[in-house]
Amino acid sequence: MSEVQEIVKLSAAQMAAKIRSKEISSRELVEAHMQVIESAEPTIKAFLKVSADEALAQADAFDQKLSRGETQDLPELAGVPIAIKDMIVTKGIETTAASKILEGWIPPYDATVIEKLKAAGMPLLGKTNLDEFAQGSSTEHSAYQTTHNPWNTDCVPGGSGGGSASAVAAFEAPLALGTDTGGSIRQPGALTGTVGVKPTYGAVSRFGAIAMASSLDQIGPVSRTVLDSALLQEVIGGNDRRDSTSIPMPVPALAQAAREGMKRDLKGLKVGLVKELSGEGFQPGVEARFNESVKLLEAMGAEVVEVSCPHFPYALGAYYIIMPSEVSSNLARYDGMRYGLRVMPPADVPQTAANMMSYTREAGFGDEVKRRIILGTYALSAGYYDAWYGSAQKVRTLIIEDFNKAFEQVDVLISPTSPTTAFHFGEKMDDPVAMYMNDVATIPANLAGVPAMSIPSGLSDDGMPTGIQFIAPQKHDEVLYKPAAALEAALEESWNGPIWQSMNTPWLDGLHK
Amino acid sequence: MVEKLMKYADAVKQYEPVFGLETHVELSTNTKLFCPAHIEFGGDPNTQLTPVSLGLPGSLPVLNEAAVDYAIKLGLALHCEIAEWSQFARKNYFYPDMPRDYQISQYDKPTNGNGYLDVELEDGTVFRVDIERAHIEDDAGKNTHIGGADGRIEGADHSLVDYNRAGVPLIEIVTKPITNAGDRAPEIAGAYMRAIRDIVRALNISHARMEQGNMRADVNVSLRPKGSTELGTRSETKNVNSFRAIEKTMQYEIRRQAAILSAGGEILQETRHWDESTQSTAGGRVKSDADDYRYFPDPDLVMLHITQDHIERLKAQMPEMPRERKNRLQQEWQFNDLEMRDIINADALDLIEDTVKAGATAAGAKKWWLGELSRAANNQEITLEELRVTPTDVAQVEKLISDGALNDKLAKQTMNFVLEGEGTPEEIVEKHGFKVVSDDSALLQAVDEAFAQNPDVVEKLKSGNMKPMGVIIGAVMKATRGQADAKAVTKIVMDKLK
Repeated sequence: MSEVQEIVKLSAAQMAAKIRSKEISSRELVEAHMQVIESAEPTIKAFLKVSADEALAQADAFDQKLSRGETQDLPELAGVPIAIKDMIVTKGIETTAASKILEGWIPPYDATVIEKLKAAGMPLLGKTNLDEFAQGSSTEHSAYQTTHNPWNTDCVPGGSGGGSASAVAAFEAPLALGTDTGGSIRQPGALTGTVGVKPTYGAVSRFGAIAMASSLDQIGPVSRTVLDSALLQEVIGGNDRRDSTSIPMPVPALAQAAREGMKRDLKGLKVGLVKELSGEGFQPGVEARFNESVKLLEAMGAEVVEVSCPHFPYALGAYYIIMPSEVSSNLARYDGMRYGLRVMPPADVPQTAANMMSYTREAGFGDEVKRRIILGTYALSAGYYDAWYGSAQKVRTLIIEDFNKAFEQVDVLISPTSPTTAFHFGEKMDDPVAMYMNDVATIPANLAGVPAMSIPSGLSDDGMPTGIQFIAPQKHDEVLYKPAAALEAALEESWNGPIWQSMNTPWLDGLHK
Repeated sequence: MVEKLMKYADAVKQYEPVFGLETHVELSTNTKLFCPAHIEFGGDPNTQLTPVSLGLPGSLPVLNEAAVDYAIKLGLALHCEIAEWSQFARKNYFYPDMPRDYQISQYDKPTNGNGYLDVELEDGTVFRVDIERAHIEDDAGKNTHIGGADGRIEGADHSLVDYNRAGVPLIEIVTKPITNAGDRAPEIAGAYMRAIRDIVRALNISHARMEQGNMRADVNVSLRPKGSTELGTRSETKNVNSFRAIEKTMQYEIRRQAAILSAGGEILQETRHWDESTQSTAGGRVKSDADDYRYFPDPDLVMLHITQDHIERLKAQMPEMPRERKNRLQQEWQFNDLEMRDIINADALDLIEDTVKAGATAAGAKKWWLGELSRAANNQEITLEELRVTPTDVAQVEKLISDGALNDKLAKQTMNFVLEGEGTPEEIVEKHGFKVVSDDSALLQAVDEAFAQNPDVVEKLKSGNMKPMGVIIGAVMKATRGQADAKAVTKIVMDKLK
């Protein structure tokens, strides 16, 4: 293939097929993406660190293996490169969580998911930008740079995983990993027209994912197609003894479910439309595309009914107690003692360990992180614990019960992923609650530990992508993939191809092999 | 500052001490509580680490199942209820020796609750100590303060942190308030700690060396006027690390608090520490109940489920407990209570048992360990176990005596050489040519010479006064360089007198 443009616009599954048929090498794929990264980054700023040397070495190692015929046991995506959210530790490659407090920290170990990618021969292109410690919904809270939405570079890509979503949307990477605590994979997916999956809590090992809120965090795939996410989740999923919350069960047949879905036959599938996740606060363009998707699902034979999850309106409130509580504890370790930033107190202040910790944390954390640490510290305090943390945990139980009741009636739930399309830089920076409202539809799945996926549902009146969310019962991630792949295929027909066809990509112009 | 103290006898006459002990026992698992870092005492600083024990970003704890089994065994030994479901919580506070700035500990759902331990005091009295809980937690690292006096943080110019200990599994055994101990409170505290030490050693779950910090106790003491049922304000003396120091801490706190209370003062609720050099406790941080560790269940760990089947399996593996063992051995050895207490107090039970197992009689084993060998250990200021003599050595010497190959004097000489590391008793006997002379001609000649040199003694013996017999035997021993068989010598003398 001669055109870099053509190569990078392939899906990961298509790239993998061309690797197997020896039409393209893993090195050529890495080089093509490096070219796009070089040309796109001044505008997009999706990457905090590009690991070209490491990626090329990994690609060469894979290509040699392939030439020796030693790749039969590797996953389908073997040889396809991937970008990694900088919330996941990579041995020998600086990992910062987009925080000044970890600037320069080079991990001595790999996350389990990174080990799995390496074992699969998937080169790591680099580390993508995020809101500091994954705390935010626009990636504006990164301590290093602001990532731009490839659809409109005046707009945010969503967050916290704006870097991974933008990198995949802008063809800088065919695949990426994200972490999703309250929607950090799915909401940027919706805002950038990409696919993002938050697997069942415990389906993918968290070992090596820098903790934000341990009971909610989950690593998941970012891609441009449903099948690509399925293939990627099959690579990274599975039980891990190093994560006590990992589920001891094999990875379900996700790619098979996605391929089944591509046949666009959903007869017998019962789909629940969550009543509480619509209406007020949801942008008309978002709702319009959502309703069209519902029609398409029905047209493929699915039965769509409205279901009520009465406690969902309390989810956001509960989330903003539980999440900061865990954040306040998880982020305590960044104290300047062992790694990362250390700021000594000024000369007129006693040079004690406690003062050093204070000055380090004052200088090293951004405002949003501090806000959440303070909120969480308060919520866990003696005398407030029951009222705040205790009550929030009760809400969490009620939300789990809402899901259980809903899944007695239907196989899979749907809602818009984000109430709005991508907003402009600065628009919500001074209004934390407005920012938090972006995750109103994605948070319930994290609280309940159930799997959820966002796929593009089209473009709103403002020309920006919209997302539709599928939610399945716990440990049944495969249930997401079939209807999502079916809808993806149906939408492609009605939009005459993937929606990204209408995206302006000046950074791809003139790139040749 | 010299604090006013009341005489101990007066203090316990006026006040009733109420005390509680929080004992930390470091478990002797191969690896840490939440990661596979190897544990070894005395390794180079910061060498026994993994990403988990260093609290690196992204690392996650995974519970060490061996540590849980150790905890359950201790719970069983302390007659605790073993919870089917227990939980680990995070105790949040910032401190340089805490890699995550939170400790993982059990809070409202400990594995072991509501037990007791019967403690035997020196005079044989048995005192029951009620146990509130025995929970599992991980240890912190170790700070070393450089530049100040005697390693204290006050006045130090910098500190070093060694994280080797960070993550080592601990069990914290918390007693209920102990109220009816009276003037024997310090003695009970010491006996309780020794009993815990004996139990964890019997269970083989800890090296239980107080001097290495494997066991340490926080000593809580308060006083109340005799007859009162309300609890007084307590002081908490942290990390007391010897049995003697625990008893002294108790005595000191009782005397100090009594002096304050009798002068109309109030006890500060504070943490204190025992200062070995001044033999007193010193005030530390004023502690208020508002200390807020923001405990919450650790979301990185799942609830710990312990099935009844598993408990039964562990029960079947339980060794004999120290008190039962002591009673059984006393029966077998036929010692009286006093003799047995001497053995326990000398820490010689294991040694004597092993010596008996190696073939010696109980009386013979006891004679050596509580006599000659105790003196040797005292002189060298070491424990019996640290002497360069094994139970097998002692049994061998005993056998040489009973075989008639050594007499008492030679046996002592042999043992001295063993203590000096010259080898086994048999090797020493061989090397030095120790041999009891029972050969008649040699002895006859020696006896003849002794008779010739001591005619007055011979007269007395002939007249039936056997008292000076020792003089003759002594002379024969001297002539044979101690190798004569005293029995044989006596026989020859008696024959000659006929």
